[in-house]
Parts: sequence; C-alpha cells; structure tokens
Amino acid sequence: MTDITASSLPVAAPPARRDIGLKKRYAAEARFRMYGIAAITFGLVFLAIMLGTIISKGHTAFWQTTVTLPVTFDPTLIDPQNKRESDPSVLIKANYDKLAQQALISKLGIDAKSKPEVAKLKGFLSDSARIQLRDMLVANPALMGQTVTVPILASANIDSAFKGQVDLTVPEARRKVKDQQITWMNQLAAEGTLAEKFNTGLFTYGASSRPETSGVGVAIVGSLYMMAIVLVLALLVGVAASIYLEEFAAKNRLTDLIEVNINNLAAVPSIVFGLLGLAVFINFLGMPRSAAIVGGITLSLMTLPTIIIATRAALAAVPPSIRQAALGLGASKMQMVFHHVLPLAMPGILTGTIIGLARALGETAPLLLIGMVAFVANYPATPFDPATALPVQIYMWANEAERAFVERMSGAIIILLVFLMAMNLTAIVLRRKFERRW
Amino acid sequence: MNKLFLTASAAALTLALSAGVAAARDQIQVAGSSTVLPYAKIVAERFGETFTNFKTPVVESGGSGAGIKEFCKGAGEDTIDIANASRAMKDSEVESCKKAGVTDIQEVRFGYDGIVFATDAAGPDWQLTPVDVYKALAAKIAVDGKLVDNPNTKWSQVNSALPDWDIAAYIPGEKHGTREVFEEKMLIAGCKEAGGIEAATASGLDEKGAEAACKAVRKDGKAVDIDGDYTETLARIDSNKQGVGVFGLSFYENNADKLKVATVSGVTPSVETVASGEYPVSRPLFFYVKKAHLGIVPGLKEYVEFFLDDQMVGPEGPLAEYGLVPAPDAERQEQRDAFTGGKTM
Repeated sequence: MTDITASSLPVAAPPARRDIGLKKRYAAEARFRMYGIAAITFGLVFLAIMLGTIISKGHTAFWQTTVTLPVTFDPTLIDPQNKRESDPSVLIKANYDKLAQQALISKLGIDAKSKPEVAKLKGFLSDSARIQLRDMLVANPALMGQTVTVPILASANIDSAFKGQVDLTVPEARRKVKDQQITWMNQLAAEGTLAEKFNTGLFTYGASSRPETSGVGVAIVGSLYMMAIVLVLALLVGVAASIYLEEFAAKNRLTDLIEVNINNLAAVPSIVFGLLGLAVFINFLGMPRSAAIVGGITLSLMTLPTIIIATRAALAAVPPSIRQAALGLGASKMQMVFHHVLPLAMPGILTGTIIGLARALGETAPLLLIGMVAFVANYPATPFDPATALPVQIYMWANEAERAFVERMSGAIIILLVFLMAMNLTAIVLRRKFERRW
Repeated sequence: MNKLFLTASAAALTLALSAGVAAARDQIQVAGSSTVLPYAKIVAERFGETFTNFKTPVVESGGSGAGIKEFCKGAGEDTIDIANASRAMKDSEVESCKKAGVTDIQEVRFGYDGIVFATDAAGPDWQLTPVDVYKALAAKIAVDGKLVDNPNTKWSQVNSALPDWDIAAYIPGEKHGTREVFEEKMLIAGCKEAGGIEAATASGLDEKGAEAACKAVRKDGKAVDIDGDYTETLARIDSNKQGVGVFGLSFYENNADKLKVATVSGVTPSVETVASGEYPVSRPLFFYVKKAHLGIVPGLKEYVEFFLDDQMVGPEGPLAEYGLVPAPDAERQEQRDAFTGGKTM
C-alpha cells in the first residue's frame, strides 16, 4: 500500500470557468420581460384612452336637463269650441305646445304680447312636451282646467348649453342657442326650476329625431330577442352537432372535411352571414324585414361555429377513463354521453356559448343587410316586429348631425360595454365555479 | 335530457318556419338615402305621434341606390313601400322595377338640399368658383388647350385669392347621391368654363368621354372620398385644420359653430339663396311610393299626405328648421295634387 498523505494529493484546480453565457442569457430574459411589459402597457394605455374618451363624453348622457313647470290645462286653449264630448279627437289634435309655452311665459315673467320675446322661447322646451301633455290629459281627462306641476324636458340645445358643451364665445348668429335663452336658462337654474335629473328616458325611449327623447329602449329589447333566439338555436344545434362529431361520428375524410369547414366558417366575415340571411330568410322564405327573428337566426349562424369549436374542445377535455368506466358498468353510449360526459363538459360549453353570444351582441354588419339598421320608434311586441339592436343604435347616432347625439352615442357605448362585461364575467364565474381539472 | 333536447329543437324549428307565414304588416317600411333619412325620421316620428291609430314607420338608411334596389324587388307585403332618394330614379332603375312587377311608381319631390364647402371655423374666408374646384381636384386639367396631369398642390396655385394651403379635399364617395351633384355642378361646370371640354375633344375623346374626363377626380390623395356620413367628413376637418369638406346644408347649419362655409361664385349658401336658385350647388330630394301598396299597407296614404302637408315641408315646418330648403308654394301644391291625382311615372 502506498502511503499517500493528504498533502501529496494533487489539489484539484478550480474548474476553468466555461463560458456558458450566463450574463447574456439573463440579459435576454430581462429584455424579454421588458418587451412583455411594454406590450401590456401599450395595450393598457390604449384601453385607458378609449374608456377615458367614452366615459368623459358619455357620462353626461345619463343626466338630462328638465324644467319643472306648473302647467294649466286650460279648456279655452285645448278645446275652444267645447266639442270634446262629441268628438274625442279634439283632445289629440289640440295645440299643447301653447300650454307649455304659457307655463314658461308666466314662469319667466315675459310679456305675453311681445312677439319677439315669445318667438325666442321657441326651441327652449323639447318638442316632446306636446305629446307628454297630450298623453297626460288623454289618460286622465279630469285634469282639464287644473294646474299640475309637470317636469318637461328642455330642448337638446338648451341641454347641451346647460352641460357646458356649447362654445358660447362663438358669435350668436352661428350658434343654435341664443343669448336670451342662456339668460333665461340661468334664471330658471338659479330658481331651481331647471335642473339636471337622472335620464331614465335613455333606457326607455326608442329612436327619435329629437336627441332629448331618444333612447336605447327599443334597441335593448331587440337585442334581447336576438340573444334569446341565438341562445336557443345556436346552443341546441351547436351542442348536438358537436356531440355527434366528437362522440359518435367515425373519423374519416368526410368528418375531417366538415371539421375544416367549421373552422373556416368561424373566421368568415360577419357581413357574409348578412348576405346569406337576406337571400335565404327574407328573399326566399319571405320573413319580415327589420325583424328580430331574422336577425336572431342570422346571428345564430354566425355564432354556431364558435359554439361548436368550444363544445368539441370541452368534450375532448373529459378524460377517456370516465367514458370507459361508464361503458364498463353497462351504460349505453348515449347514456355515457348524456349522463357523464356532457355534464362534465357543461362549464366549457357554457363559457364558449357566452363568448359567442357576446360577439353576436356587438355585431352590426349582418344586420345592415336585413334591414335592422333603421329608425324604429315603436317597441317590438314580438320578434316578428321591426326592431334594432344596441350596436346599431350606436352606429345610427354616430351619423347624426346634432351635437347632442354625440353624448347619447357615448352613453349607449357605456351601456353596451356594461352588458358585454356582465356576460364575460358570468363566463369567468361559471368556469371558476364548475370547471374540474384532471 | 335527450327528450328535452328534441322537444326544444323541434320548438325552435317551428318558430323559425312559422316566420314565413307572419301576420299582415301594419307598419310602413321606408328605405334609402342617408341624406333624406333625417327628414324622413322627423316626419315618421310626428306621424306616429299625430295618428295614434298607426304605428311609427320604420326608416332604413343605406343610400339612394340601395333603397331603390330594395324598392324594385317586387310588390307585396315583404317588400318596402317607399324609397327615399337624393337623386331622381334612373331610367334603368325604372325598367328593372317594371320587370319585377313594380309598375306604378309615384314620384314625390319634397324639397331641396344645398351642398356646401366648409373649412374649420378658425380658418380664413373662402371664395370658391367651380373653376377653382375643377382645377384643384380634377385628375387632368386643361393647360393651354391640352389635358395634363393636375400639377397643382396648393390652393393658391389654383387661384391667388385662395389661401396658401395644401390641397386636401374631403368629398362624398361614389355611393352617395351628393357625389353626382358635386360632379355635375362643380367639376363639369368648372371644366366647361376652363376649356376642359375642348381640350378633351381635341385629344380625340367624344362628348361623353370628355365629360367623364372632366369629372374624374385626382387619385393622388389630395381629394379623399368619404364613404361614410358627414360626421366622418367633420372628423377629418377636425384633425386636418387645412382641409376642405363637402357637406349638406342642413349638416352645416347644425354645426355652424365648428365650420366656416365658403361662398360659391360669390353666393353664400343659405336656405334663401338655395330656394331662389342663386346658390348654384343644390339638388332636389325625392321619395318614391308604390301605388299598389296604397290601399293595403295601413297609413301609407296618410303618411305621404302628412309628409307633403305645409305643416311638414312648408317654410315654417320642422323640416325647414332642420335645414331642408322648401320648394316654392306652387311646386308644393303641384306635388300634392300629383300624389292625390294618382300620377305615376
């Protein structure tokens, strides 16, 4: 045995530092992180700008300038010949503008005989006052001769001026609001007669040529009808198709072809579905124009591929062991699918459906061709009546000449965004709550 | 679960099919020009308010051409009743209407619309003439009796009285009825005055070709087609303070605090100057009614009569207040008589 002392052992030289590029790799990672953060910041900045513009322009739409006036239903003005007993149409055709004007004249203390003064009152109150007072009296004829305090909408121009949206430094002749009207407006505001109130009309009125009485009511109902139709049609057809394709169909050329087609359809521009809707449902089947039913079916076709793809992914994510266990215990294939696979895939299916619905809710292009980009003032009683949709209303208001429609448009965008956010939140909650991971 | 599935699908299918046999239509359907849309909306709304027994008509926009095409699809409940148009119906359109079974069409001319040139409110005053517009915007202009590619890049090169601004004009796109008026009343008129027709015929073009050469707009980005509505043109002027936009008179009047209007041949556009014919760039507005629908669609006759009433189209009516140039008294009466008399095209 050789006696080797510890000291005589060759001391292992420290390994030569191999150049493994550690610094470089760390730097690369840091750079990549920076790119990522930059990308997210970029996106967030634009989101903030978009939301900021919409909210700053649109929040005023939720308030509406209203003038509270004591209106006297003077029988000598409404029915000068006292014929209302024999001819009820007198109450409909009467000059209600005059009533509102009288109320404003006495409130402002103007000389009713001074024609130029009275002429300047024109355009101070909304034109809708006429209809509002008429409907009050027709609903309750006992009001005749009485004085009632009525909140009347100010005209859109006064509303814009009161909200500070009119540049008063521009010469009077080039403005829609005259100096005298501003003086009156300030006078009434100081008395508390004229004030901004929460604009419930924005949610209840239909389309109107007067900004102050236009709202998204009809559009929301139209959108709800369409969403209901899309939900029923697209979910049923989509789920049935995906179950068959995923669980029952043989894998061959044909099913491959179908799959490729479905994926292609999901990327087809939505206007193409509008053309299809026009050709098939309106021209061939003779369905009514501008109706929610046609819009709903057209949007269903558009949403179908999205739902099928999501459903198939959800079904495929259910592990084969579940299927084998069910089959092993003697379940038929159909029982296996409906008792075990489908319930487990449900959260994924619902998430896909809601995302598809949200896309359908924001769609205008296919609706243009089937006549739903239209001025519709009456509420649709059924899906067969003419209606519009929320994004269509936004588009229509964006093309209006009057300034007051700009804030309505932004207000409607806020409403649409709230709807979309609610739907997407539901999708997230469903997924979090019910999703199972294997 | 599968039973539920089947029943629900069956229900959905019946729902879809039953639409084909929907109940009789009780609402007037109108489609067409986006220029006429605001007027049609005002009338439709007031019609619904005044005649409580009828529903408010549905008014679609989409352009004169699209409206007329829809109108000419045929007669019957699943077709529209009225087409709005910012130009007269072409002979070819009347023909295709007849072929589809729409034989009796009543034409109604309800007023006029002025077309104005406007710049940002802060800019200098503009005095334009058709010749200026032709020389600034045509693709080829006449120089010394020959057609050459438009060399002008600044308005001051066109006419020394105009500001020293780069040429940037926002004009209505091809699908708009306004474009036709712009071409005819500005480009072709300016072309004739500047000797462009002679120059074109000298280069071997026939009369039609010469006119086509006159109205061809330059494609080098100095004249921009706006296919959207006037709000888009306004947004372009907002972002390019040295741009010139083409607007409808009513749109300008609603935005007079943001825009400055140019005079054309020395005339300031206004309801009065358009009505008197002094202001050269104007056009009549129309709507077309299917006579076959008059007794069938409830309220259609009343709607047209209500539209033509002086309460609506008269000088004191809400349409004039919005910016419509009312037709002279005699012409309004003539239109009313023609409609009640059942005159067709």
